[in-house]
Amino acid sequence: MKKIANAAALRQLQQELKANWDPKKPVVTICAGTGCRGYGCISVKEALEEEIKKQKLAVDVRATGCFGFCEKGPLVIIHPQNIFYQQVKVKDVADIVAKTVAGGEVIEKLLYRDPATGERIQREADVPFYKKQMRLIFGSNGMIDPTRIEDYLSLGGYSALAKVLTDMTPEQVIKEVKDAGLRGRGGGGFPTGVKWESCREAHGSPKYVIGNGDEGDPGAYMDRSLMEGNPHSVIEGMIVGAYAIGAEQGFIYVRNEYPLAVMHLTMAIERAREAGLLGKNILGTSFSFDISVNRGGGAFVCGESSALFASIEGKAGEARAKYIHAVEKGLWDNPTVLNNVESWANVPLIINKGAKWYGSIGTAKSKGTKIFSLVGKINNTGLVEVPMGMPLREIIYDMGGGIPKGRKFKAVQTGGPSGGCLPESLLDLPVDFDKLAEVGSMMGSGGMIVMDDRSCMVDVAKYFLAFLQDESCGKCVPCREGVRRMRGILEDICGGNGQEGDVELLETMSKAIIDGSLCALGGSAPNPVLSTIRYFRDEYDAHIKEKRCPAGVCKALITYSINAEKCTACGLCAKVCPTKAAHGEKKQPHVIDEATCTRCGACIESCKFEAINVQ
Amino acid sequence: MEIAQTEDRTKLNGIIARYHGDKSSLIAILQDIQQVYNYLPLEILKMLSQEMKLPLMRVYEVATFYNAFSLKPRGKHIAKLCVGTACHVRGAAGILDKLERTLGIKPGETSSDREFTLETVNCVGACALGPVLVMDGEYHGQVTMATVDKVIGTLKKGAHIS
Amino acid sequence: MANIIIDGKKIEAPAGTTLLKAARDNGIEIPTLCAHEALEESGACRFCSVEIKKGSRSKVVTSCLYPVEEGLIVDTKSERVMNVRRLVLQLLMARNPDADVIRQLAEKMGVSAQPRFIPDTDKGKCILCRLCVRTCEHVVGAKAIGLSSRGSHKTVGPPFGEDSPTCIGCGACAYVCPTGHIEMETTHDTRKIWGRTFKMQACDVCGRYFAPVDQLAFISWKTGVPVGELATCTSCR
Repeated sequence: MKKIANAAALRQLQQELKANWDPKKPVVTICAGTGCRGYGCISVKEALEEEIKKQKLAVDVRATGCFGFCEKGPLVIIHPQNIFYQQVKVKDVADIVAKTVAGGEVIEKLLYRDPATGERIQREADVPFYKKQMRLIFGSNGMIDPTRIEDYLSLGGYSALAKVLTDMTPEQVIKEVKDAGLRGRGGGGFPTGVKWESCREAHGSPKYVIGNGDEGDPGAYMDRSLMEGNPHSVIEGMIVGAYAIGAEQGFIYVRNEYPLAVMHLTMAIERAREAGLLGKNILGTSFSFDISVNRGGGAFVCGESSALFASIEGKAGEARAKYIHAVEKGLWDNPTVLNNVESWANVPLIINKGAKWYGSIGTAKSKGTKIFSLVGKINNTGLVEVPMGMPLREIIYDMGGGIPKGRKFKAVQTGGPSGGCLPESLLDLPVDFDKLAEVGSMMGSGGMIVMDDRSCMVDVAKYFLAFLQDESCGKCVPCREGVRRMRGILEDICGGNGQEGDVELLETMSKAIIDGSLCALGGSAPNPVLSTIRYFRDEYDAHIKEKRCPAGVCKALITYSINAEKCTACGLCAKVCPTKAAHGEKKQPHVIDEATCTRCGACIESCKFEAINVQ
Repeated sequence: MEIAQTEDRTKLNGIIARYHGDKSSLIAILQDIQQVYNYLPLEILKMLSQEMKLPLMRVYEVATFYNAFSLKPRGKHIAKLCVGTACHVRGAAGILDKLERTLGIKPGETSSDREFTLETVNCVGACALGPVLVMDGEYHGQVTMATVDKVIGTLKKGAHIS
Repeated sequence: MANIIIDGKKIEAPAGTTLLKAARDNGIEIPTLCAHEALEESGACRFCSVEIKKGSRSKVVTSCLYPVEEGLIVDTKSERVMNVRRLVLQLLMARNPDADVIRQLAEKMGVSAQPRFIPDTDKGKCILCRLCVRTCEHVVGAKAIGLSSRGSHKTVGPPFGEDSPTCIGCGACAYVCPTGHIEMETTHDTRKIWGRTFKMQACDVCGRYFAPVDQLAFISWKTGVPVGELATCTSCR
């Protein structure tokens, strides 16, 4: 990639590259995000390339970023016909190339089948999962090869940067972002433009911009897909932000568990440097700025701003107790703007299309779109991008396809370990920062974990406390000791040792922990407990007063037994049982000895006749 | 012993040079060291403290704070089970029990024959595949107890052959 | 200068003063566990929490770190504050059942142990106030002990739990520890602390053993004063 001399040269290059990007040219795109790699998409890609070469066809195969429909990977799209194939295996490749690529013929069984209508759907946009989405940030993921800056440029990438450097002052950039109403996508929802303005006005030098790619909320992986699939969108946003606040150095802090994201960001930064879009005198202007990638060490607390700074500074990731904003004293005690990578990716969009356009999307106080990861007990697991204000019901049912195996929806957890569990009665809630906070949850980074009637809400609260106990930095007493003790009480409740007054004690402790904790990890740790007590009190009561787990999850409170009528005496359960609790004579219905059964679930997994009951 | 020390010191200085001896790159330096030795050997950390003129206490603070680091030697095969919320909801706890039974160790431990280390991780971002087991960097999705038997069984067989 | 009200009392304090200092300077006592006049504030114990009100919004903050602001109304004993202090004491009593200092403080404040918190048996008397490690790092400059691990596994001690190679046996950590968790034994010509035995230096005037040899060597290295000139005890100087 040669150095781009100035904004005019950039525009020319974009035109040239766009011209090469012939929409009629046959191309096969395949999703190569981490999820699809887990399905073996790289083998599928290689098979496609080999087969196409074998058949001497002039068709490119492009490995792109995450398409979002992770449930149905590997995902392959044949252009220009826009034929969307899902769950593609290596053995399907020969047919795909011979029939679809060469002949334009559709292979029905590889098309997505709408379970509601039985219809086979050909185009991505018509698939229910995608239909109501507004893929402003994620849309390019399916089209570009994230390792090629040329792809990003051919879609008009870096136009926002050029516009800002040639036509706008830093103050005008800040005003545009303020007017757009962009709020932080990492969880806090703080107005981004206001943050930038405070930092610009702060005293201290050098100033820093940081992209928070720590994405610690378990079940949330949209930042991963963004960093892997369209790293330049984050980089461009950060360069614009650096210009606005007057920073010369930036960092992208990436979670240790995301090696592909680290690789793609690093490559993208190198390409951008070669092109003169990072480094000294960007696009021939006097503005210089560079970015480096920092890997996390495996600590959820480092998603919190002061702990993140400590980590970049090479220390243990403890949160800072001082009451001073990062925009005044952040990294190395210098003015710093820390924004989530999804927030940064929104910036080029706002600059290119304007604050007014951006403000027309979403609700009164939550503008733009948000990417959510829809996971858990849901048919269509994946990443969805919707305008703020879309009701939860539409996301879970229309896009998510509802609950698998015909089970019943019970709760949806939003906002990660800092958020809350919302029951069925709140399904019509529009997804928006303030609405979610009002009902005791929060948007958080965008994780949406769906649970069904076989999920125990007390177990879920216990799970989150165990997570937070493990991730607490340990500096302050309320979090380090308080979360641990709350967990202990929940272990008792789930273990059949709950006592009258435990719920009230949890509530009292929660208030003190929220008020007394040093940082937001401890400060929001009680939320999952409080929200489950608020909406699922009957489950707590059942565990404590009746020693019963209605969902059939808490091992100490359930028993396994074999339904003699369904049992075929196949003997599989006895074979896998680690304690020999499951046993029986040949051709006799088997039984489970309650005393030695550990409720490990091996028998349930192996039984093909659903003969094992859980009470 | 002496020769090994020099080799280690050379390797270490190579890693430090990669980051221009920048003290704030400590975490990245430790990650690179762990990449070489599969864990963080005490002797190497002492060497690091000397070479970078960092108090050993500071090195120890960082090495013990972050989950990515192991101060104990790890096994030939590293089994990382995701216990993130989505995987938990899909039954990761049962899979963890199965792994503990099969390998005879708890998370954070290494089997006595040094073949396997079991670790849990709080979300790898592949939630559609949940429950997810990452074995030696390879992702296994929709893991069942039967899958655990298969994956571990294959590796155990492989170990005997080699 | 900022005008604030603490517990109904009008107070004037220079900008940049912490609420804790402003209170203490005006005769209002706020209890602390991890504060020390020789050390920078830590904010770890949360015991000095107060409730502040500005306009219609109120929040709980630690007085040791929150600076005065014009018009702030501070309540050092509000219900929310007392709840935090009560919980902190109950949690520490459970963590360190042998720490008499904590038990006595709780008795004085009328806080009884929480029976649902099963007392720990493996944490000794350490309440993780960090006075020792802050002293070792910032006052002494030896950084011989520190905090390792995170969360509920956090521990104070030398690296790797081994005898600390950089400890100089000065005993400042034991001196500043509020609960007596750090064990130091000084007998005649030796001192035992953090698993090491230090040889003590005898005063060249009165002959009394008064400081570890290693400590004097450290002071000499730090200040440039020759070791020979340091071998006189404070009484004989």
